[in-house]
Amino acid sequence: MHEKSIAQLSAGLKAGEFSSTELVGHYLGRIESTDESLNSFVTVSRDLALQQAEAADRRIRKGNAGPLTGIPVAHKDIFCTDGVKTSCGSRMLDNFIAPYDATLVSRLGDAGAVMLGKTNMDEFAMGSSNETSYYGPVRNPWDADLVPGGSSGGSAAAVSARLCAGATGTDTGGSIRQPAALCGITGLKPTYGRVSRYGMIAFASSLDQGGTLTRSAEDAALLLQAMAGFDPRDSTSAEEPVPDYAATLEADISGLRIGLPKEYFGEGLDPGVGDAVLAAVDEYRGMGAGVVEISLPNTRLAVPTYYVVAPAECSSNLSRFDGVRFGHRCEAPKNLEDMYMRSRGEGFGAEVKRRILIGTYALSAGYYDAYYLKAQQIRQLISDDFRQAFAKVDVIMGPTSPTTAFAIGERTDDPVTMYLSDIYTIAVNLAGLPGISVPTALVGGKPAGLQIIGNYFQEAKLLNVAHRLQQATDWHLAVPEGM
Amino acid sequence: MSLDRSEVAKIAHLARLEVTGGELDAVAGDLSNILDLVEQMNGVDTAGVTPMAHPLHMAQRLRDDVVTEDDRRDRYQSIAPSTDAGLYLVPKVIG
Repeated sequence: MHEKSIAQLSAGLKAGEFSSTELVGHYLGRIESTDESLNSFVTVSRDLALQQAEAADRRIRKGNAGPLTGIPVAHKDIFCTDGVKTSCGSRMLDNFIAPYDATLVSRLGDAGAVMLGKTNMDEFAMGSSNETSYYGPVRNPWDADLVPGGSSGGSAAAVSARLCAGATGTDTGGSIRQPAALCGITGLKPTYGRVSRYGMIAFASSLDQGGTLTRSAEDAALLLQAMAGFDPRDSTSAEEPVPDYAATLEADISGLRIGLPKEYFGEGLDPGVGDAVLAAVDEYRGMGAGVVEISLPNTRLAVPTYYVVAPAECSSNLSRFDGVRFGHRCEAPKNLEDMYMRSRGEGFGAEVKRRILIGTYALSAGYYDAYYLKAQQIRQLISDDFRQAFAKVDVIMGPTSPTTAFAIGERTDDPVTMYLSDIYTIAVNLAGLPGISVPTALVGGKPAGLQIIGNYFQEAKLLNVAHRLQQATDWHLAVPEGM
Repeated sequence: MSLDRSEVAKIAHLARLEVTGGELDAVAGDLSNILDLVEQMNGVDTAGVTPMAHPLHMAQRLRDDVVTEDDRRDRYQSIAPSTDAGLYLVPKVIG
């Protein structure tokens, strides 16, 4: 059963070939036998999953099932789940049982999807390798010595290893697309504001966006359909209509104008990854798409700009973790300040502390203009680059990540090298655009991702373009050995 | 840009975040490297560029001033480290 896509599983459930209870039991068994070595789940909500599966089976029998009814999914542990531990990969929230559901969680639940559990992640989504998690690193299903990418590394590994039919993630600087690329799956980061941030533990509020990690663009369309849409509980939720994503998956793409930014194919790009990306672009040429070189001249400024904006917003957002209302509180505090300092010092790991400190510094008196204001100005220039590009092309293509998956431990001593893992994904968040990573040819036996960037609210176009590639090639069907 | 131990200790205090004496040098080195990366911004002429306030330039939405949430105090306080009679308890603030 675990080799089937969401659409195939949905058809099998409706035809009575198997029940959701059987399907969920099968996936729970796979998690039990496989995940000890991968560490992709922080929590497996076995009893709740079986209850939800029974409810899904009743709904299917009554004939009012939707395309996601009875489908087993996993949520990144950044999404609040009522009554289920929501750790955000941090000691700070190791004891946190969320008192409500995130909108994304309740929407998928209303659609009948079954939650298998909560996936491992970089602490507070700060990382590109899933090595900053309090619960230990996640291993890449393609090679246990390699990272799965991050921060949605547990979701990516779980989907890649067929431990769930699909998963949710969040993307602040590449945290869906980069792990999707490194694990050989499809990762969609929607337009800023497309998916509600309510109940999604905040890292950098002007960049954070929830999305999907799946085996195909077709599966991503099914999940996004249930997740997307206006939510009055998120003050930056977009009041834009949600199109029928499945309806346009097969649309003809002849005449599609593809832009290849020259800055995405320069120094630092692994030549094998570059060739794999260009092989995918050639497939599009074969389908009648036109390819032109474009320029995004401020690309090199994206990482420096991000490491002001994201830490600044993180230092504000994470001030809520003070040991008063929820989360970790230190033992025997001497006074209120001691309680704040030690609760936070003990609760946060090294990378989260670095970002809080950088953000605090950038926002402190006398430094605001030089750092935060300057960064928001450059952010506008980066956004203008994309605006000018989309006047000439329909989509932008390039690599998702400059390399394939790297070794566990290889970059942990050097934060700046780690930050540069996200060089091709970060600008998309700064501009608020949607992007998708789809598997292209393996490079030395390891997955590599093609990134497709669209204009605002063009998720249907991205899914269509990605789906056409997946109809024409079998790159997305490659499975890690033994999975 | 390079930060020394005392500057890191000051920032850590502003953030109400304990950084122990043994960690200060390593943290100062890491933060200095990050600030070196960030300083690539300095070479860019941004005179006259309006700083981005929102990626989609959306205005803040307003709503009617009415109660929309129900009272869930007991539920929310059930996960608090220390409460009493509906109040959150912290170490004594006033001597």
